[in-house]
This record gives sequence, structure tokens and C-alpha cells, in this order.
Amino acid sequence: MKNKECVAMLLAGGQGTRLKSLTKQIAKPAVYFGGKYRIIDFPLSNCTNSGIDTVGVLTQYEPLILNDYIGIGDTWDLDRKYGGVSVLPPFMQAEGGGWYTGTANAIYRNLKFLNQYEPEHVLVLSGDHIYKMDYNAMLDYHKESGADATISVIEVPWEDASRFGIMNTDEEGKVTEFDEKPENPKSNLASMGVYIFRWDVLKQYLIEDAEKANSSHDFGKDIIPALLYDYKKLMAYTFEGYWKDVGTVDSLWEANMDLLKRDPELNLNDQKWRIYSKNPNQPPQYIAPQARIRKALINEGCRIYGTVDTSIIFYGVHIDESSVVKDSVIMPDVKIGKNVTINRAIISKGSVIEDGAVIGDPSPDSEITLVADEGSVLATSFATST
Amino acid sequence: MDRIAGIINLDHEQDMLDELTYFRCGAAVPFGGRYRMIDFAISNMTNSRIESVAVFARRKYRSLMDHLEQGKAWDLDRKRGGLFILPPDWNDPTDISRGDLQHFHNNIDFINRTLADYIVVSGSQHICSINYQDVLQEHKNSGADVTVIYKKVDELYPEHQRAHKLDIDEDNRVTGIHNDHSNTNVYMDMYIIEKDYLYELIEKCIAHGCAHFFLDGIKAKLPEININAYEYHGTHAMINSVESYYRNSAKLLNADEHDELFKDDAPVFTKVKNEAPSNYTETSHVSNTLVANGCVIEGQVEDSILFRGVKVAEGAVIKNSIIMQRCEIDSDAVLENVILDKDCSISSGKTLIGAPEKPYVLAKRRTM
Repeated sequence: MKNKECVAMLLAGGQGTRLKSLTKQIAKPAVYFGGKYRIIDFPLSNCTNSGIDTVGVLTQYEPLILNDYIGIGDTWDLDRKYGGVSVLPPFMQAEGGGWYTGTANAIYRNLKFLNQYEPEHVLVLSGDHIYKMDYNAMLDYHKESGADATISVIEVPWEDASRFGIMNTDEEGKVTEFDEKPENPKSNLASMGVYIFRWDVLKQYLIEDAEKANSSHDFGKDIIPALLYDYKKLMAYTFEGYWKDVGTVDSLWEANMDLLKRDPELNLNDQKWRIYSKNPNQPPQYIAPQARIRKALINEGCRIYGTVDTSIIFYGVHIDESSVVKDSVIMPDVKIGKNVTINRAIISKGSVIEDGAVIGDPSPDSEITLVADEGSVLATSFATST
Repeated sequence: MDRIAGIINLDHEQDMLDELTYFRCGAAVPFGGRYRMIDFAISNMTNSRIESVAVFARRKYRSLMDHLEQGKAWDLDRKRGGLFILPPDWNDPTDISRGDLQHFHNNIDFINRTLADYIVVSGSQHICSINYQDVLQEHKNSGADVTVIYKKVDELYPEHQRAHKLDIDEDNRVTGIHNDHSNTNVYMDMYIIEKDYLYELIEKCIAHGCAHFFLDGIKAKLPEININAYEYHGTHAMINSVESYYRNSAKLLNADEHDELFKDDAPVFTKVKNEAPSNYTETSHVSNTLVANGCVIEGQVEDSILFRGVKVAEGAVIKNSIIMQRCEIDSDAVLENVILDKDCSISSGKTLIGAPEKPYVLAKRRTM
């Protein structure tokens, strides 16, 4: 078989502890977003829209739902005879084996997977971000510049720069220095966790890194610094557009609320760059005569009898009469009874909110309230942040 | 469990939905916000664990084939069996068959090859949620040659005039099949029959020059063959005219009717379009309406059905209307008692008002 020019490796094994109970039973890339999606729909749809048809998904933490969700990849048109999507969990082998110990270790342990496609370049992605990006344009830039590695960066506000991995570059975009969460950033170009490597270079560094006893086997901490130390050519590729890390409850809530702005930066209705997602086969949503809806994204299978204001409603949600949902994200199959008030909250999948319950704090800047998976909230219990 | 194969016979269905069937057959007409008429017939088969389905198509089937593809949406992309769309391209020089028997004759391999012992034959005009395994049990218990399915309707509407009605004795045996428009036992164009017996009847019909399998092969044979009647109790709509389409669409806004058709344990499957959730802006005002995904609603919508990807601009008013895929309603347009076929656009300030009993229908891709 002909070799593949570029194979993507999607790091999807992270727990995402800062998402609290949202990731108690599922891996972070499987967390719900935007009324119908899971986070992993974004990188996988970007791959298929960018013409990258071979993707290895590295799983480790709570893989059941993620494995089931990815299936044979047909949701993203990645069910291919040669290539397509492959789920790559940690495994045992003759010389031991065991868990993936870091992001670089996860790729190193799957050299056999990559070797079978003999790629020229490897695209490394993470399952933590919401963005639409043409990886093919980045690949073109990577090839034209003749780089050994290209790191996608985005300009962040200077005051936030110390929260990110910052790339310092020269005027041609060549990376001169990499600062992980610097106190006094010299640049505001943050790494997006999207890398393209020449496969021969990456392979060599992965093998060398695996032999270092004191390495944490991480791309940001070990591989990139090692490449810089050896004066390999690292280029920064500046991405313009919406990109959001949804690693915390607050940022996940914010990213959802971003969709409700007038002409949102992230356009989900773009027919040329669709975000694909598994379809739950639900009938159209029903909006009752007494319902009031203002600024909302609502999915199929919902029944709305109450008031929805500035909120994201996933599929199969029922909101009964005289209930008010404001500034909130309601995940799939949540049942909300009568006279319920919900403010600034994320209600996890399958929760039942009983008549008269009051959830969340309406004051702006208050912390976002989170109701855990299949939680049940009674009228008498005042749910606060968990 | 017994194996059943399905046939959806569209051969004698007339395209009577005016503008909606100019370019497509009745089975391909969009219905219920995100479905096509045929979705209900096929989903009933899938939910009854039927894994082999043939569609006898005669004309205007381009849009039907586009919709059905390889049957993946109905879990019918199978190595063994699956979905067979069978349009009329026949080249048997010895063929003497006529009418829908041409379909049965030229596609006899479908019947021969299936591993099923029983065949369910259905049309596409009766919207319902039925389990054919239950029908088969009753068919076997009755010992009948054929079991036909009917609905005892509360009230007869004009669409039922074209339906056959059944006379039934106390043992559920059919004693007469006719068009008498006072009988409320409406035959739903569905029957179940043993494969070998179906084969035998087809041969006989062709030898006798028959042109309509059900009328000549089954109805005309009464009383010599034993026909059992199965009463279907769930929600039912017969759609064979614009008027019946419009009235029965509105029924979906009733929560009970809706729940009986869209059951959790018997979902209705359809081709997936990957639309985003629907977007309601600050100025939207939506009431008693079914909305599919991908819509952007800035205006007012009441007592209506919006299909996928409809855009309603600020100031537009839509009442008692059915708006199909990707229509765009510009600001301050007013639509009342209207059916817009796919891809229509209504420009700013235009008013279209139909009669409550006879909606105004705009054909596909029109601009007003």
C-alpha cells in the first residue's frame, strides 16, 4: 500500500481533573459541548475536513464511552479500508508494557502503528480544545518552511500569557525558546497543543527520550526542549480564529456561552466545515405554547414548556411548566420538573431535577454550579458548587 | 424468533400531493420536521428486526434513492440482506407480467434468496408505529393464509375514500374488502404472508394476466383463502393528499400523538444531516411548534413545523405553516396556512396566506 503523507495522533487519555465530576466516569475528550457535540468531535471533524484520513486515538482514562463513541469512525467519515480511525489503548508486550506514562510515551509505544503507514509527517493533537482548524494549511506551511517540527500558536492577551506554554520566535517565525507558563512572558504566542513533526525526526527523539530515565516523556516538557537544544528547525504557525481550552468547569461554561453571542466566532452552521457528531435519532424539538425562549441553542428530542434564557440545551431534555433556565448548560436527557429555577449551572447528563428545586447563583461572577452525572436534585436541597 | 423480510411496494401509490410530488414520489415527501414518508415504513421494519427490505419503486425515485442510500440510517447496510431499491429496469424477453406483478416477477430473486419464512408488504402512505413480530404471532395463531392490518378510525376523512375497508367477523376473519365509505375499518396497505405461499400466488396471478397483486391475488380470492385481520391500535395517519398531509402534520403538535409515533423503544430513523442545534435569538418568539436542527429563528413562529436549516429573520411571522428544509424567510414576511417545499425563499415584507382547510403550497426552490 502507498504510504500516507500525514498521520494524526490524537491524545485522548487525559482525565481532566479540573472538570470535576464531569470527568468522573468519562475521559475529557468525551465531555459534552455546544448542545450536541463531544469535545473530540472538533479535532476529528477538523481531520476529516482537512483531508487527513488516518487518525490514531490514544486512550487510557475511562475509555468505555470514548471507545463506543468512536466506533469505526463512520461519524466523521473515517471508516476507511486503508487508514481511518484506530483506537490505541495501552497494552502489554513481551518486554513488559503497561500504562502510558506521558504524551510522548503514548506515541513512542505506538511506533508500530505509525510505521505501518510510513508517514512523512505526524500531526499530534489533543482532545482538550474547541476550535475549527485546517490542518492541511498548517502542513503546507510546515513543508514549505522545511521545518523539523511546526507548532501551532495563537495570540493570547498578554495578561493571560503566563497560563500557557509560550513560544518566543524570531521575525521569520522560527521558535527560539519555549517557556512553559512563564511568570514574565516575552511573547504572547501560546502553543495550542497542535504539532506537526517530520516522522524521521520525531521517531529518533522519541526513541532517545524513552531511554532517558529522568524524562517525564511529555511533548511540552521533554521533546520540544530537546529539539530546541539540538538547534532543530522549529517553526511557529500562527492560527487565527476561535480556540478555547475547555479544561475547567468555568471555561467549559464560557465556551458554551460564546456560542450564544450574535454572530459567534465559532460558526457551527458552516456547511463547508461541518462538525460531525454521532446522531441520537431524536424527533424534532417541541416548543409549547407557554414556553418562552430567548437566546438559546436547543437540540432535537427536547420538550420545552418553561422559560429558557441564554442557555444551551442538549438532546432529549424536558423542561416543564413555570421553570426557568438561565445562563446554563443542560446536558442530554435531563428532566427538569415544574417551578424549577436554574441559574449559571451545568447540569450533567441524565440528571433529574424535581419540582421546585433552585439551583445556582444568579449573581454575575458567581461560581458555576455543577450537578453531577445522573444526579437527582430535590426541591429541598439547594445545590451549590461541587 | 421468526425471520421476516420486508417489501415496500410503491407501485400503485399515486402522487397526489400536488406541488410536493411534482419532482418526487409520495414516499419521498418530507414529513414531521426531519423525516420522509418512507422513514416510518422502513423504521417499523427495522424495529421489528427485519434485516432485508426491498423497495419497489416505479417513478420519480431519484430523490428517494438519494435519501435511502445504502440503508445505513435504518441499520440496513448488511452483508446478508439489507436494503434493495428496485426501480423498473427489466429485460426479461419472456416476461408477460403486468402492473405491480412486474415488480414481483422481475425481483423474484429477492423473495427466493431471503432466509426469511415470512414477508411483510407495506406501502408508504400510512404513518404509524407498528411491530410486525406481534402481527406475525397473531398471524401464526390464526392459522390464516394472509393477515391484513387495519385501523378502526374514529372519523372518516376524505383521504380514507381511496382506502379499502374490511368487513370482519367475530373471529377476526375478513369477509369482505371494498371501498364502502361508511365502514371505519381502514385497510392500512400492509399484510403478512408466508414466503412460499406468496410465491405460489404470484405465479398464479401472472399466469392469469393479473395487474394488481393485492386486488387480483388476494382480494379477488375471497372467500376461498383465509384472510385474518389484525387491528392496529396506535396513532395512525393516512396521507394521500395535501389536505391530509397538512391536517396530519398538525397532529404531531399534540404531545400524546407525538409520543405514540416517536417511542423511545421504537425510534424513527432517517438520514442524518449533521446540522448544529437550532439557534433562538433574543428576538425569537416560538410557540406550539416542532423545530428540527440547524434552524436560526429570529422572528415569530406559532403552531407550525420547521424542518432542518430553516432561517426566520427578525420581524417575520409564521403561523399554522410547514416550512421545509433550508427555506429562508426574510424580515417582516408573513406566512399563514402555507406549506413551503425545500429551498424556498420569501423576500422581505411578502405576505402569503392560505385557507385553513386548503393551505397554499409553494413548490421546491421558488422565490417570492
